Amino acid sequence: MFETFYPQLIGLCTGALLLTSALMVWRHSLLASIRLLALQGAALAALVAVIGIAEGESELVLVSLLILSVKGVGLPWVLAHQSKASIKQIQESPRLNPTAALLAVTLLTILSYVVVSRVFGLGDSETGHAAPIGLAMVLIGFLLLISRRRARSQLIGFLLLDNGIATIAFLTSGGVPILLEFAVSLDVLLVVLILHVFAGRMRTKFGGTAVDQLRELHD
Amino acid sequence: MSFVLWIPLVGPLAFAGLSLLLRGSAHRRFVGVAASSAVLVSGLLLVSAVLDGAVLESGGGMLRADALSAYMLSVVGAVGLISTWGGLSSAASSRTRDAAGYEALIALFLAAMSLAVLADSIGLMWAAVEATTIATAFLVGHHRTRRSLEAAWKYVILGSVGVAIALLGIVLIYAASVGTDTPTLSWVLLSQADLGLDPALITAGGALAVLGFATKSGLAPMHSWLPDAHSQAPAPVSGLMSGVLLSVALYAILRVQSITNLVIGPEFLRAMLSIGGLLSLLVAASLLICQRDYKRMLAYSSIEHMGLMAIGVAIGPAALPSVLLYILGHGLIKATLFVISGRILKVEGTPVISDVRALLVRRPGLAVPWLIAMAAIVGFPPFSIFFSEVGIIMAGWSVGLGGVVGAALVLLLVIFAAFTRLTVQMTIGAPPDGAAFTPDYSAHGPRLPIILALATTATIAFVAEPVGILLLQATAVLGGTK
Repeated sequence: MFETFYPQLIGLCTGALLLTSALMVWRHSLLASIRLLALQGAALAALVAVIGIAEGESELVLVSLLILSVKGVGLPWVLAHQSKASIKQIQESPRLNPTAALLAVTLLTILSYVVVSRVFGLGDSETGHAAPIGLAMVLIGFLLLISRRRARSQLIGFLLLDNGIATIAFLTSGGVPILLEFAVSLDVLLVVLILHVFAGRMRTKFGGTAVDQLRELHD
Repeated sequence: MSFVLWIPLVGPLAFAGLSLLLRGSAHRRFVGVAASSAVLVSGLLLVSAVLDGAVLESGGGMLRADALSAYMLSVVGAVGLISTWGGLSSAASSRTRDAAGYEALIALFLAAMSLAVLADSIGLMWAAVEATTIATAFLVGHHRTRRSLEAAWKYVILGSVGVAIALLGIVLIYAASVGTDTPTLSWVLLSQADLGLDPALITAGGALAVLGFATKSGLAPMHSWLPDAHSQAPAPVSGLMSGVLLSVALYAILRVQSITNLVIGPEFLRAMLSIGGLLSLLVAASLLICQRDYKRMLAYSSIEHMGLMAIGVAIGPAALPSVLLYILGHGLIKATLFVISGRILKVEGTPVISDVRALLVRRPGLAVPWLIAMAAIVGFPPFSIFFSEVGIIMAGWSVGLGGVVGAALVLLLVIFAAFTRLTVQMTIGAPPDGAAFTPDYSAHGPRLPIILALATTATIAFVAEPVGILLLQATAVLGGTK
């Protein structure tokens, strides 16, 4: 029973990952991006759970719970942790207009399929076929990092990048050892907390969180 | 004896806790010094164990100290000691709450670097390198000015993204090992000749991992965070970051290289590292010529030296003993220079080179060590940096990378000229006309760490036993023969 659904479940989860990434590029409201990030975390956790059940590894189910709590709940909560009223007003004014950005997302996705199939071969497993999605997420994360002006939006780009790396790890090798998984989650959580504090300090010092203001230091 | 492996991890953590507990006590300022001493002593114990032929392991093979790890741990401890001791804060300023966090973070930083060089798993090594970014983020932003905030933001974003690229590389290396009988991230296992790792995955993984760690070690073109972060951080932190954190990232590159060399040969990473090294030298040369800020000048000097070390790593085993000696020499001298630059900044109140004039006449207590350390950093003998540079260039010629080391040599000459001009501008000359002054012989801080650092770098290149033997053993580790 599960075997017939397995390829579809993998496709569903990775499809959700790619869709949320593309929507993050499209939407300019910070709150929407954070909700999409939470959704993406849940999709990643579901993907890990599916792989875990298919391979009969209980450890992966545990990892999936860890991912759900960190990426699905913890990080979005940290990011949204200021008054709801103010966060709703935060609108990104990115360097790319939405059409160009979505076109870039399409190109990056095609690029990652080409790269992965040429360099490594897709293999014959369902997970191998889905692996390019992870690379596409990494590249889209870079796109967000480059094209966004606000501190917190850049942070979302960084988290998308990290989700992409995790996706590649789970699709190519069934995840890294659990100790490393813990360490990575902890590191990412701390980096986000630190950047969050800095974004807060930036607001008090500069009166806004637009990263463009950071241009005092140069040669 | 394996418990020694835990001292550099647990010791600094305990001191960090102590710093937070010692409320309002002036003793808190010694936390950094104590933590560095713990790291240095355990590093030296591990070195002596290695020289006796023992490779210590602990934690089920999680921690491991071969010749290279033991050497790097000693360097971390030594540079840490010079930076923290030389930059010891006054008793009054160490009573504040800020100071508690500052000392605790320095200790955590030292523990993270120790873990990075002692971890056997490249995954754990990655996590430790990322932890150094976390520990130093608030240290870079310690002054809470607009500039330090800007530097800290750039540092954390670029540092984390760079290290995330390295994680992607490590994930691919792990994926390559999943295809074999033993899925592993232990670099001891991965650097065995007959594992049958997939070359395509190792090529991509190795390239990404080196690219990521190169960001952290300040190699061009991923260097843009470095001058900002190193110039805005408090002097002891700059000393630690410039002197040893960059080398710890280089150590990570060395470990990754030892894995890729076995599977795909040295050519691929050699090309990558040579280009990165030469670009770093070029960036340093072009921005040093008309540099206005002396702390930024030191930061660009770090980019220069990391660039030359990267070229040494590209050359391979023939240059590695010189590179390892370079790591120690550069670390100690750069820490000394940052410590003195912090004192100059404090008494002169300006980081601008052209505002600090005639230092040798006005403040000989600061200018004399500054001049000696500057001579060491541009590569005058008898300081060990000279021998390292010569060793790398000779090794480059011998393996047929004459073009690369030739270009490097030209850029080094430009940098030498730029440095000499800037140093002369700061120190030599007559004070402003008519202004009455009394020469200031005070060193404005402990003299002993500076003397120790200069004396060590001046003599260490002549000590064949045991330093030379240790360096050769560490090189053998990377060749996969030991």
